Amino acid sequence: MFEIPTFIILFAMLLALVLAIISKTIYDKILAVNIFGTITVLFIVLFGFLTKRPDFLDIALVYALINFISTIAILKFFEYGDISRSSTKNEQGDI
Amino acid sequence: MGIINLVSSLFITIGALSIIVGLLGVYRMPDFYTRLHAASIIDTLGAMLILFGLILYYGLNIVSLKLLLILIFILITTPTAAHALAKSALHGNLKPILKDD
Repeated sequence: MFEIPTFIILFAMLLALVLAIISKTIYDKILAVNIFGTITVLFIVLFGFLTKRPDFLDIALVYALINFISTIAILKFFEYGDISRSSTKNEQGDI
Repeated sequence: MGIINLVSSLFITIGALSIIVGLLGVYRMPDFYTRLHAASIIDTLGAMLILFGLILYYGLNIVSLKLLLILIFILITTPTAAHALAKSALHGNLKPILKDD
């Protein structure tokens, strides 16, 4: 019962990669990579159930968190030109 | 065995199809901000339907607890990422298409 959704999700991952390649501005590319990460989490979950090894859920959990952190870090780099710079006036930084 | 498997496989298939629908919206929309709106369907509807179908399939044990944890993380993090993306695009002088244009 997991075969057909897994193949649909593989096709969606292919579409997200093509979107990341053909889009013009940097924000569209970041959006496509974010979509690709979310679909990858769902694919890892479904692949673990397909091969009857639900241990893959831990990897999916870690991947969801890494996807969020990488999106925020790339956005901060493109907005301020520096990852470690504070966006407000205080010197403590805002991460 | 029978009816719960049927309902959960229905949920998972509808979730996978709604991911395709969200990607079609991202391909077809004219503007970055409307594309961001279409991409939220993938993060909420697709992920929620697939993970809820898997929870229904597996019953109550440690696996479904991990699935619920993934669902909560996705529901917290992806709207935050979309909000940061829209704010960063607005600060980067990416103008939205308005009705008067």
